[in-house]
Amino acid sequence: MRLTETPVLTVRGLTVRYGDGCPACGTSLEKNRCTACGTVWALRNVSLELFPGEVLGIVGESGSGKSTLMKSLYFDLTPTEGTARLRDYRDGGASIWEASGAERRMIKNLLMGMVYQNPVLGLRMDFSAASNIAEKLIAAENRNAAKMTGRVTELLDAVEILTSRMGEAPKNFSGGMQQRVQISKALANNPALLLLDEVTTGLDLSVQAKVLDLIRKIKARYGVSILLVSHDLAVIRMLADRTIVMLDGQIVEIGLTDQILEDPQHPYTQQLVHSLI
Amino acid sequence: MNKDYNFAFLDEGSKREIRRSILKAVAIPGYQVPFGSRELPIGRGWGTGGLQLTLSLIGPDDILKVIDQGSDESVNAVSIRKFVTMCTDVATTAKTGEATLIQTRHRVPEVPLRDDQILVLQVPLPEPLRLVEPREEVTKMMHAEKDYAPVWLLLYESLIRYKKITLAADYPVMAEDRYVMNPSPIPKFDNPKLHDAECLYLFGAGREKKIYAVPPHTKVVSLAFDDVPFERESFKGKRCRLCGSTDTYLDELFDADTGARVWQCSDTAYCKEVRARCV
Repeated sequence: MRLTETPVLTVRGLTVRYGDGCPACGTSLEKNRCTACGTVWALRNVSLELFPGEVLGIVGESGSGKSTLMKSLYFDLTPTEGTARLRDYRDGGASIWEASGAERRMIKNLLMGMVYQNPVLGLRMDFSAASNIAEKLIAAENRNAAKMTGRVTELLDAVEILTSRMGEAPKNFSGGMQQRVQISKALANNPALLLLDEVTTGLDLSVQAKVLDLIRKIKARYGVSILLVSHDLAVIRMLADRTIVMLDGQIVEIGLTDQILEDPQHPYTQQLVHSLI
Repeated sequence: MNKDYNFAFLDEGSKREIRRSILKAVAIPGYQVPFGSRELPIGRGWGTGGLQLTLSLIGPDDILKVIDQGSDESVNAVSIRKFVTMCTDVATTAKTGEATLIQTRHRVPEVPLRDDQILVLQVPLPEPLRLVEPREEVTKMMHAEKDYAPVWLLLYESLIRYKKITLAADYPVMAEDRYVMNPSPIPKFDNPKLHDAECLYLFGAGREKKIYAVPPHTKVVSLAFDDVPFERESFKGKRCRLCGSTDTYLDELFDADTGARVWQCSDTAYCKEVRARCV
């Protein structure tokens, strides 16, 4: 982690609101919902930086806005307010949410990789694993089939999937394998930023360990920066350099992972850490 | 001619509206122009798109040819020819060279067409992106943004599964470096005929309510990879059992009596002409 360098990603004042809001919204929120007008504030004024080579963990209970944050960054939903600057998009000079359709595609294909909790969202289940990965390469204007297959083989090797199975559709794969295909797809064009949304949730413990191990290896080998959402503190402890704690759409605590886990300041974080068995 | 109907069945307003859509299609090669597909006395999916183009373009002096899979005598071709004759009284022909307007299903004639001829193709599925994206709203945006990676994905998937591109008909093409289009289910043997042609190609999808066109001398390129070039079907070593042609698209048939595999021209009118010339 290099905290002195230009951040790979800078988010400022990110707000996602469902509803029009009202003057009472500031004071009458129950969790993240306004009791007066019913507006849901899924994210409120979220700001963060992600530095080169860093793994930034995001923890928080269900409904705290973790996935909303990831979806905003991957253009799956349009935020109400805020900016997100990528170091590699217009040299950080413009927010990605102002990008045109073609630019968004470029950002998603070349500058970022996303791994969803649910592989159905990230993969074409009926196409072969190889095609799923090649789709990213094609989007990067590769038109040489042999070269693409070479790169696919390399990527599948990196996530320890036998290349003899690359012609099979991911729907025939186990959950852990599907996640690994998603990871190699996300890495296809060597993006500087990887978004991992609950990648190990729903996998059994030994498979979880394997996927976590893989993420560690990838971090070491490719020097990619990772935004890692999880509600599992063990995952966070193992992988994250710094951690953000979210509650009701807001960041309540941010700091080095050890610091957050050993000396939590916010009452919610304290509760969270103490609930760890 | 049946006087109960307007000339060419459709009312003049409808024909004019369809012609306006055709003009737009001609102006933007490969772009799918939506149009108000009319009800016809044949079922949608049986060539109503092509038929509406034919009906809105045909005039009393036109000479019509209708083909189905290369044959002038199959049911679809006969019914459509009968219907158009019933409401127009135009002359019909089987000879490609004599026709001014040709409606066809799944084939482009073997004889190169001239600049005074129009070829109307019937289209079941106009959208080349439909296999990868079911939502019309999204495919429209993909066309607008020239997001054609998924079409190459389909070809790549074929390479991965079968080691070669197995797509034999409706092989996607790029029109004038801008729009990827389905050339209707013509065999890929016919794809090169679309490139830099003398005639006007019109495509009509009645059920899907789309019209598109390849105007004369349009650049039409069949999609392929740098290291896997586009290839037509090869009939090397085979010839038509009737006329002996070796450079046409051949149908593979089984001789019921001997059980032997035989090949013959799919374009029956062309085959006849070759035989007539030889006699």
